[in-house]
Amino acid sequence: MRDMIATRDAYGKALIELGKMNNGIVVLDADLSKSTKTAEFSTAFPKRFFNMGIAEQNMMGVAAGFATAGKIPFVSTFAMFATGRAFEIIRNSIAYPKLNVKICATHAGITVGEDGASHQALEDITCMRAIPNMTVVVPSDAVETTKIIHAVAKLKGPVYVRLGRLAVPVINDNEKYKFELGKGVELIEGNDVTIIATGMMVSEALKASDKLKEQGINAGVVNIHTIKPIDKELIIKKAKETGAMVTVEEHNIIGGLGSAVAEVLIENHPVIMRRIGINDTFGESGKPKDLLEKYKLTANEIVKSTKELIANK
Amino acid sequence: MNKYRLLEEKANAIRKNIITMLNKSGSGHPGGSLSAVEILTALYFSEMKVDSKNPNWDKRDRFVLSKGHAAPVLYATLAEKGFFPKEELLKLRQVNSMLQGHPDMKGTPGVDMSTGSLGQGFSASCGMALANKLDRNEIRTYVLLGDGEVQEGIVWETAMAASHYKLDNLVAILDFNGLQIDGSNDSVMSVQPLADKFKAFGWNVIEIDGHDYGEIIKAFNAAKTIKERPTMTLAYTIKGKGISFMEDKSGWHGKAPNEEETKVALAELEVV
Repeated sequence: MRDMIATRDAYGKALIELGKMNNGIVVLDADLSKSTKTAEFSTAFPKRFFNMGIAEQNMMGVAAGFATAGKIPFVSTFAMFATGRAFEIIRNSIAYPKLNVKICATHAGITVGEDGASHQALEDITCMRAIPNMTVVVPSDAVETTKIIHAVAKLKGPVYVRLGRLAVPVINDNEKYKFELGKGVELIEGNDVTIIATGMMVSEALKASDKLKEQGINAGVVNIHTIKPIDKELIIKKAKETGAMVTVEEHNIIGGLGSAVAEVLIENHPVIMRRIGINDTFGESGKPKDLLEKYKLTANEIVKSTKELIANK
Repeated sequence: MNKYRLLEEKANAIRKNIITMLNKSGSGHPGGSLSAVEILTALYFSEMKVDSKNPNWDKRDRFVLSKGHAAPVLYATLAEKGFFPKEELLKLRQVNSMLQGHPDMKGTPGVDMSTGSLGQGFSASCGMALANKLDRNEIRTYVLLGDGEVQEGIVWETAMAASHYKLDNLVAILDFNGLQIDGSNDSVMSVQPLADKFKAFGWNVIEIDGHDYGEIIKAFNAAKTIKERPTMTLAYTIKGKGISFMEDKSGWHGKAPNEEETKVALAELEVV
């Protein structure tokens, strides 16, 4: 049985490590520090933690100001409010001047669960990906989260990191895993089809690949943690090798990972493709597990879609 | 001998350049640029520690033009101060120019924050001041807002935060000319009583004539004596100040003068 850790928990811990290493790190939150896990940083480094109250727009603007003064602000709130409510401040005050702000938003996706549609950001990748200068990263587990947080702290420029509320399986080995921003990770090799997943759906893709193998189908699995800039080379290579592509994301199929992969394929090496994700609908309240099943974000659904796809091959 | 003679000369040159650059570009915002000439002149030629030869000097005082559409007054002032050659002013708003329609900190030497979308510069200035508090340095942050700008909700989020964090190193100036695109503030969306509003948010509020150097400089000095509170300077101004046919006319918010109007405007400034 794999360990289960939420990426937001790993984020909170990584911030403490960063705080010790670099005095320039400041953390901003909008009255959600216990949920986003920045509260631990606020206890460890009270002078470098700024609660901006329930005012996400100003929080982003203040972060921009911090960055102009040479600080490295990590800004956290729920993904909905970071990328939705404060979108234009991120665009105009952070990304346009290419300021060194790290937007680490938690509670992304439908696995927010019981809070329901108003709190389930399903279009945040789309929104952030469309902004020039922005790097967009989605960790698949706790191990990757830690590595991502350290990597983005070193990167000069704005970054959006998409974190989750739900405890998810730890799929990467902390010792062996060499993380590199912008480089996809081939987790399983397969010659019949490639399943490209991001975030918590990577572990479901791995399970799906196992199930497909039992049925005689060799499905490769690629983890695309960096949605932007996306690893074109690897995507084109896998398209050439397998001739069929399935994308899986806990996000609207419009504008997210599936769209990003399709953009690469259509201009370079078109293959048959299926996008698995939220089908352009709002979420609802429910237990995360029940929602994942209802909205068809499970290994079984990946298996089903993959088989349907390659039947046309 | 007028002790503000030098400032007046600078202001007159800045006004001429605003008119000339807007005429050349064919679009832009004269009204709200002209109303803020004395404020920017006082900031750059009397108040702020800046080095035009080293625009990114890390110990400089910061200025954020939150009412970013008044970019012409900022550009004319920066050029007058020597941040870049005055010839650049004639390329305002043209393709490949360093002078964008609204300020771009990446492209223009001396611009401390990219602005244009109202309210956001005020918010960024709060972050700058907060960073400087954290570093316990002497850097002061100045930010200029428009009066219509306070209709943006983010302004009040910022007002709350600057007060909460006791940012006595932050000085806001509000260019209170009373007019916005669709008419007077009062007809579009009432903003008054602004002094009471900012006081209620915990700010030190000073009310001045925004065209009077004595009052402007006195306000900046007074702000330095106030501890643990940010200062809001309500500067009562005249939109289009200095050009008779533009004064107090909301129609000159976002319209460039044509050749004839430019000739008349420059002639008026010659007489000063």
